[in-house]
Amino acid sequence: MKSNNLRRVMAGIAAWLMSAAAMANPVPWQLNLEPGVTSESRSIYGLHMAVLWVCVAIGIVVFGAMIIAMVRFRKSRGAVAEQWSHSTRLEFMWTIVPVLILAALAWPATRILMTQYNTTGSDMTIKVTGYQWKWRYDYVDYFGKPIAKVGYMSKLAADSNRIRQLGSGLNPYSISDHGFKDYLLDVDRPLVIPAGVKVRFVVTAGDVIHGFWVPPFGIKKDAIPGLINDVWAKVDQPGIYRGQCYVLCGQDHGFMPIVVDVLPKAQFESWLAAQEASAKMDEAAHTAQAVSTTPALAAH
Amino acid sequence: MAYDAALQHDEHHSEHREGFFHRWVMSTNHKDIGTLYLIFSLTMFFIGGSFAMLIRAELFEPGMQLMQPYFFNELITMHGLVMIFGVIMPAFVGLANWMVPMMIGAPDMALPRMNNWSFWILPFAFALLLSTLFMPGGAPAAGWTMYPPLVLQGGDAIAFMVFAIHLMGISSIMGAINIIATILNMRAPGMDLLKMPLFCWSWLITAFLLLAVMPVLAGSVTMLLTDKFFGTSFFNAAGGGDPVMYQHIFWFFGHPEVYIMILPAFGIISEIVPTFSRKPIFGYKAMVYAIACIAFLSFIVWSHHMFTVGLPLGAELFFMYSTMLIAVPTGVKVFNWVTTMWKGSLTFETPMLFAIAFIVLFSIGGFSGLMMALVPADFQYNQTYFIVAHFHYVLVTGAAFAIIAGVYYWMPKWTGNMYSEFWGKMHFWNSVVWVNVLFFPQHFLGLAGMPRRIPDYNVAFADFNMVSSIGGFLFGASQLIFLGVVIHCAWFSKKRAPARVWEGARGLEWTLSSPPPHHSFVTPPVIDDSQLAHGDVLH
Amino acid sequence: MAQQGVYYIPHGSRWPIIGSIGLFAFMLGAANWLNGNDDFGRISLALGALIIIGMMIGWFGTVIHESLRGTFNSQVDVSFRMGMMWFIFSEVMFFGAFFGALFYTRMVAVPTLGGDSQGLGLLTGHEILTNHFLWSNFAPAWPTNGPDNVGGNFSTMPPWGIPLLNTLILLTSSVTVTIAHHALRAAQRGKLLIFLALTVILGATFLYFQAHEYMEAYTHLNLTLHSGIYGSTFFMLTGFHGLHVTLGTIMLLVIWLRCARGHFNREHHFAFEAVAWYWHFVDVVWLCLFLFVYVL
Ligand code: HEA
Ligand code: HEA
Ligand code: CUA
Ligand SMILES: [Cu+2]
Repeated sequence: MKSNNLRRVMAGIAAWLMSAAAMANPVPWQLNLEPGVTSESRSIYGLHMAVLWVCVAIGIVVFGAMIIAMVRFRKSRGAVAEQWSHSTRLEFMWTIVPVLILAALAWPATRILMTQYNTTGSDMTIKVTGYQWKWRYDYVDYFGKPIAKVGYMSKLAADSNRIRQLGSGLNPYSISDHGFKDYLLDVDRPLVIPAGVKVRFVVTAGDVIHGFWVPPFGIKKDAIPGLINDVWAKVDQPGIYRGQCYVLCGQDHGFMPIVVDVLPKAQFESWLAAQEASAKMDEAAHTAQAVSTTPALAAH
Repeated sequence: MAYDAALQHDEHHSEHREGFFHRWVMSTNHKDIGTLYLIFSLTMFFIGGSFAMLIRAELFEPGMQLMQPYFFNELITMHGLVMIFGVIMPAFVGLANWMVPMMIGAPDMALPRMNNWSFWILPFAFALLLSTLFMPGGAPAAGWTMYPPLVLQGGDAIAFMVFAIHLMGISSIMGAINIIATILNMRAPGMDLLKMPLFCWSWLITAFLLLAVMPVLAGSVTMLLTDKFFGTSFFNAAGGGDPVMYQHIFWFFGHPEVYIMILPAFGIISEIVPTFSRKPIFGYKAMVYAIACIAFLSFIVWSHHMFTVGLPLGAELFFMYSTMLIAVPTGVKVFNWVTTMWKGSLTFETPMLFAIAFIVLFSIGGFSGLMMALVPADFQYNQTYFIVAHFHYVLVTGAAFAIIAGVYYWMPKWTGNMYSEFWGKMHFWNSVVWVNVLFFPQHFLGLAGMPRRIPDYNVAFADFNMVSSIGGFLFGASQLIFLGVVIHCAWFSKKRAPARVWEGARGLEWTLSSPPPHHSFVTPPVIDDSQLAHGDVLH
Repeated sequence: MAQQGVYYIPHGSRWPIIGSIGLFAFMLGAANWLNGNDDFGRISLALGALIIIGMMIGWFGTVIHESLRGTFNSQVDVSFRMGMMWFIFSEVMFFGAFFGALFYTRMVAVPTLGGDSQGLGLLTGHEILTNHFLWSNFAPAWPTNGPDNVGGNFSTMPPWGIPLLNTLILLTSSVTVTIAHHALRAAQRGKLLIFLALTVILGATFLYFQAHEYMEAYTHLNLTLHSGIYGSTFFMLTGFHGLHVTLGTIMLLVIWLRCARGHFNREHHFAFEAVAWYWHFVDVVWLCLFLFVYVL
């Protein structure tokens, strides 16, 4: 591991330098948010950069003033203290100006939030259920047509799971997938969705609160036992996108990643057809389905 | 009658006949009780900090090296609870005990025996809490926010945690009542409210916050208790309850709580900056109004901790706007501090150095807070290391730095000895450098997508975690310098401190000898406006 | 401020540390008991309770003694008043948490589970989804024990029986205590004792009926702490209130004894007023309870 340290660093810095090209998964030495692969995630990125620069600017003004004061008004340079102690005009000014700045930020934030909250007109519904410590994905409908009994569990990939055991002695850097070192960010069976389709996720949980988060999509919703939340994403680039459960859900909270395999629409449809076909005969699928549709009870 | 009582009492003390037990355990003296609070807080800081060191050690590199994941969760939970309820809050109460009576010309707190009780509940409360670490089921492991249903899966520990929190609540409430009664009732004649030092003002308002929210916390954990042991369904949807309801009740306490942990810090900074600028605090009244305004707003922003639980759009918008508004009064404070320094005559003793670091680093923490207030952006920040960075900037380089600054500022007054300026500066420069190495990279980790509360992570997060851990160990080690400085100042320092320790210091507390007499003022002092901690506020 | 031109500071006292030890033993016992560690739990709990009671007797005893010696100047008196006032305020906030829970479940949680978009969830449409995917068998209603009918079917306490009676009892008790107060101010000792005694008796009667009501609920109505969210809010609210009435009644009793001993005079009777305030507070809480828990 030590040996390839340097190489990792270089690769990281390189990746970070050319990070203009949207990359979906975390890279070493990554400094900033990524624009992601949905219109929502991109507008979030824009908002993030806007507020970031506003804060930097304010910081420069405020801290700059402090530095000047510290340099120019030191006793050691014979500075004598003035005795004035208030100015209503100043107080008024630095109350109003921040208000205006904030209003300018609140406006785009409101606009973005409203589109994010608008799940109407979605062409597909997938039920996402968090369990300790795995995810279940049930396909509910696709372009208005209900989907029969397509659903499965998705949990941490076996190799990651072996490595992460206390004192396993195995090297987290040893595993990768298409060049991405996917330790703890890989699952046995990813969630499959079509590109270019507005997908609505209805999110809930079976035991404790979990969290459904796919950073490149800019979607994040709590999965709460007994309640349903919904969130939508329309991914334009096919590819593999990774996220994690973000709400502390017990011992293996750190080990329930989310991997989404976004397929081109046609390819997805054939995949779905195959799933439905196999589901028809597969008895196991029935029982699994039965389990998943019984109301989720909060643990006692 | 009353006269005799006071006098007898006084000589009885001035001869210091009483033994150790009588002085420290049966005390009715605000200084001794203040000292007890501060010692307790420092002890807890080292305990909570040791937990943090273990956390950072496990996060030093990817893969599980030291502990099982569950124990990691116990550590973060204990770290959070200890640092908040065991370090920051008691430290502030300790400082209030020491300084408020001296600042307003009172002999002591209004209710000295209750004052003693408020303190002596704390060691027992934390004995209950920390004992859970040694229990078969382990300590609570659902984070300091104790969300159900997860927290209800915990073992025996839950009951102990809940009762410990009840005790802390009782302690804080009595402490708050005491401070309110002291400030409203014990001020020397002529010490009008608007002539009080800003530290007293910040504590007066903080005390009201405490009274308003500690009972709510008690209520919420009581519901956890009954849900676990008595079959109620408050947080169980199947019974008509709602897990999200807990979060509403908890954060109705939780957000004011974070301001409880920063307002007294504002007060301390507002004492230190004018002193070392040799210039009256700028905009005294604006400062007071700003504190009041922040306190009010803190009651209507709680759901900014819950942006992802699926609140109605209207609620999201309301809480986004109200949260952003808090930047305005806070800004007023920052701007007033900076303007106080402007055209002053500055020197940079250790307290001033920490105060300046506070202003800069707290503002940075505030900026990240503002970023998280924007709901869409928070969808990326929520529950990541970006938040961890945010609240350590406001809590460590905010609250904790202010407390340290206050200790350096007032310690000569308390002990009558000067601390070692050289080692003070050593402590400062080490702290300020390493704390940034520790927490700044956590912004990057959060933005890159690393969730909080995880014991292991993808290798892409490895590098900055290692940097952060190294910073953590060195920052922790730096705190040993602080310990050294305090011990040296209290027992070994040969350098005597004058009554007015700092050239630019104003206010009643500096008219008393260092160390001050056992009862600060036996008879009400005469107030001389020109000697107050701020400029003439009348025009 | 300091009228006498000199301050008063009480002597050191051993009661605070004793109180802390008592609280510790009490909590330790309670926690152990809850975790099935019964014997140690019960003993430690009882021990703690005894210590706390002893502490109160001792502490208040000292203070009473001092105040009889006239040690306290008017400034101390004001401090005491503020202390009591703000303590009651914190109590209000404590009940606020539970009333908050009641309002939240009635206005948000239950409508959401039941898919009632008239609820506050309106803007998210989550109530529809939640109900459709998870609780399609559940229609919003109050009282309810939730979609899973937790604790089995139950019926509720009719407001116009015992609860109404209890309301009247507490209201009258507020009047009687006020009359007693006036009597004290007018130095009419007999009247004072009679009306204060009446107040105590009314308080006790309230408690009797409350206990009776609980029996009724458990034996006939199958309304228990387990009856879902309704049972939870009902018993936690009325229960904590009942606890406060008990405390209030005991305090009134103590005050009655002190009146009988002639501890108070027309100007100097803070303890009496403090307890009176507390009693009014308990009374107001009950009015809210009657309205929001029983009637609406
Ligand atoms: C001392 C404690 C403290 C303080 C003072 C603050 C201050 C603020 N906090 Fe923070 N916060 C915490 C402690 C604190 N916080 C903790 C512990 C958590 C995590 C809890 C948990 O989940 O465990 C948290 C979490 C938290 C969240 C939840 C994030 C999430 O879970 O998704 C949010 C979201 O809005 C937030 C916002 C803010 C804001 C807007 C402020 C504002 O008050 C900041 C205002 C200050 C400034 C803005 C800087 C100075 C101002 C100027 C220089 C003027 C000009 C500036 C502008 C006009 C922008 N905080
Ligand atoms: C005021 C409160 C406060 C303070 C002062 C601190 C101080 C520190 N905190 Fe933390 N922290 C919280 C409040 C605070 N924290 C809260 C509320 C949480 C959330 C918990 C939750 O998720 O529920 C949290 C969570 C938290 C996390 C995230 C855990 C996770 O989400 O997985 C981390 C990780 O780095 C961390 C680190 C630290 C470190 C390194 C310090 C350092 O500043 C500590 C430095 C002090 C010492 C080290 C002690 C003194 C020195 C010694 C003991 C000598 C021995 C040590 C050496 C020689 C190295 N804290
Ligand atoms: Cu599931 Cu965290
Ligand atoms: Cu907050």
